Amino acid sequence: MSAITGKVALSRRSFIAASLAGGAALTFEAKIALAAGPGVPDATVLNAFIRILPDNSVIIGAKNPEIGQGIKTMLPMLLADELDVTWEQVKIEQTDANEKAYGPQVAGGSTATPMNWLPARQAGAAARAMLVGAAAAQWSVDAASLKTSAGRVIHAASGRSATYASLAKAAAAQPAPDLAKVALKKPDEFHIIGTPRKGVDTPKIVRGEPLFGIDTRLPGLLHAAIVKCPAIGGTLVSHDASAVKAAREVVAVVPISSGQCPAGKQDAVAIVGTSWWAVQKLRDKLVVQWDIAAQQGFSTELYAKQAAEALAKAPDATVFKAGYADAALAKAAKVITGDYSYPFLAHATLEPQNCTALWHADGTAEFWAPTQNPGNGRKDVAAMMGIAPEAITIHMTRIGGGFGRRLMNDYMVMAAQVAKAVPGRPVKLLFDRTDDLRNDYYRPGGWHRFTAGLDASGALTAFKDHFVTFGANGKPIRAADMPASEFPASVVPDTHLMQSFLATNLTTGWLRAPTSNAMAFVYQSFMDEVAEAAGTDLPALMLRTLGAPRDLPTERPSIVFSTARARAVIERVVAFAGWTGKPSTVPGKGRGFGFYFSHRGYFAEVVDVTVADGAVKVDKVWIAGDIGSQIINPLNAEHQAQGAAIDGLAQALVWQPIVQEAGAVQTVTFSDFPLLRMDAKPAEIAISWVKNDYPPTGLGEPTLPPVIPAVANAIRAATGKRLRSLPLQLA
Amino acid sequence: MSVVLTVNRRKRTVDADADKPLLWVLREDLDMPGTKFGCGAGLCGACTVLLDGQAVRSCQTPIAEAAGKQITTIEGVTALPAGQKVVDAWTRIDVPQCGYCQAGQIMSATALLTTNPKPSAEDILLGMNGNICRCATYVRIERAIREAAGLETKA
Repeated sequence: MSAITGKVALSRRSFIAASLAGGAALTFEAKIALAAGPGVPDATVLNAFIRILPDNSVIIGAKNPEIGQGIKTMLPMLLADELDVTWEQVKIEQTDANEKAYGPQVAGGSTATPMNWLPARQAGAAARAMLVGAAAAQWSVDAASLKTSAGRVIHAASGRSATYASLAKAAAAQPAPDLAKVALKKPDEFHIIGTPRKGVDTPKIVRGEPLFGIDTRLPGLLHAAIVKCPAIGGTLVSHDASAVKAAREVVAVVPISSGQCPAGKQDAVAIVGTSWWAVQKLRDKLVVQWDIAAQQGFSTELYAKQAAEALAKAPDATVFKAGYADAALAKAAKVITGDYSYPFLAHATLEPQNCTALWHADGTAEFWAPTQNPGNGRKDVAAMMGIAPEAITIHMTRIGGGFGRRLMNDYMVMAAQVAKAVPGRPVKLLFDRTDDLRNDYYRPGGWHRFTAGLDASGALTAFKDHFVTFGANGKPIRAADMPASEFPASVVPDTHLMQSFLATNLTTGWLRAPTSNAMAFVYQSFMDEVAEAAGTDLPALMLRTLGAPRDLPTERPSIVFSTARARAVIERVVAFAGWTGKPSTVPGKGRGFGFYFSHRGYFAEVVDVTVADGAVKVDKVWIAGDIGSQIINPLNAEHQAQGAAIDGLAQALVWQPIVQEAGAVQTVTFSDFPLLRMDAKPAEIAISWVKNDYPPTGLGEPTLPPVIPAVANAIRAATGKRLRSLPLQLA
Repeated sequence: MSVVLTVNRRKRTVDADADKPLLWVLREDLDMPGTKFGCGAGLCGACTVLLDGQAVRSCQTPIAEAAGKQITTIEGVTALPAGQKVVDAWTRIDVPQCGYCQAGQIMSATALLTTNPKPSAEDILLGMNGNICRCATYVRIERAIREAAGLETKA
């Protein structure tokens, strides 16, 4: 990133596209470009992902955004194993954004593993087949008689062998194999998949090398600070920049208009200059008039009042209905009710939102963007600026935390507008922390009123949820929805899930394990209440309610909920944590359980807490997870599981609600929105994987949700207090 | 105004306002982006550097205050004996996830081990609680410090 590399010319000859079925009937397209990616002298290109160097090392392209989930290491592991090289031979390079060449490039929904498990391996195996084909032709032997190992093709019968490097040029001329038919390794043949591999960028990170979007360095780089409307959605009426323009560091003052920015107006004024420190200081001198008439009525207080009113009235809509919940409740031996709620939350990535853009004289634009979804960024920029998507080049930087915030590309659209005002000069737009906390795509708050009925045997026979959420035009807004297949509604015979909508001006979005992080808390906490009323404990109630092993449908045709897999992780964590269901004999100590299925992953977790003087200390977390047949990188899997569990603890115990008054978010610093620090780290996190024959899936998200209700339920066990809103507070 | 700074044992002259924070002088004027901007309010620790061996928040340190002192940043931390041990342990254990906070974590850990080579669990907490890791790599940060201090067997 030390110089302008120019627009990367992608030669697009010989694309092969193959439609493949993988995983749970997941369909996708895998494409190999026979020549793509930035040129390296003397490298032989075998396909879009693989280049062979004369010293027999291999450059493997990592195509997905790296936000700390370890994908830049994991996807190349899949390719390298099938290519049959040693990990030491591999050099990893981040690719640019180019979905035509590389396939989907998104960090979201824990989808990278299920989407790439087969295509990445096929790309590696295809390159291997071409190398083998080249050796077979050279030695006039049958390709089937050849083996590979550590970057060499070997003909055992004649004792001949050749390095990949020596075969690379001939291999590149071989016909590219049919990806759907290329032979893949059997699991017992893997030598990289399933072995612990450290993060490819770790040595650079510990030396402080520039890797992140904020570190982008280009000749003549300008900097932009923004003044955003304090109330999201407000519009710019006028601005007077005369006092700002007088400063020697200032190059331009650029009003940024609303329009095609994702989900809501993004009016702002950018001050562009030679130093970000200098231009951000000048923001006080900018005189801006905003129109916030349509926004100023919204507040946290208003939402709470409206939610209480909505819960007292008939719901606006049905989410899911089976049987007759009210009739079943009337007949129930016992009826349990509970009101739950959770607040708006920010993502608070530690690297503030930023993007560097360069508007070229020919009307094309180039970006250095820490984005989790460069494809959407390209679309948003094209729509806003009225240029063709092909006129946009996106370089993907390492990302200082995503958590879903960077699935939105507001910073790209803003940077594009600023760059167009200073054509020919790269400009880095950077939010400060206040901009970042005030202009998030927040996890929306929500309220639930539950009613459950038990029969005389303690079986759950009726279930109702009135969910008050945020919506517009009779539909939930982004990330404010609730799955119709939410457990236990999916198995209780008489059930009714309903929702009502409140309006808000805040932009909302996906926060790590979106929807699930909130639903797990309210559903599994309430189920703990139901278990108590039934005279049992939550794992036992869950096993009884899940019933016989079977597959239940979800909203997505490609995903089913297997009660057998759910049972297996519950049984595993019960055994592994030594769960007895009996209360602790030590005062202040308590143990809680939570289960959740999300993003194709099954997780059951147990938490031990100690409560003293109103303070909750998490002593230990046990995690039992099922993400299929293969943990691709066990070292990273452990890191992700630890991080996700602690992230869940932060939501449960540390993060404070985003507060809004008069339309504007008032939460502006890390004092208002405290993040979890080392003192809240559990002493121990124990992890156990349940392996089976299902295809591998992701774990960055599904590990998180169950820990939240597990803490709430542990606090109940420790103190007798049932906490029904987040964050969990005893005082 | 012209200020002479000693950064990683090298004298560097910068032309900047006296109130410009060391963080932005490092990032903008000295082309050393290893030190990170997280909050600009001294609350997250991402910008931690050493000033005469003491961990400070460079976003809260005007260059006028840093002049005449030994400034150590992530780019030069391995020149310190404790810094080398910390960086080695960080690499061996593979501490980072996104990695954004890690420069600050390494600087705080180096300051801790320089003044307190065998820290207790409490000492580690006191030394590190000012540094936020949004990915929550705390389990490994603690282990890396213990390994760097020779308090735990290497994995």
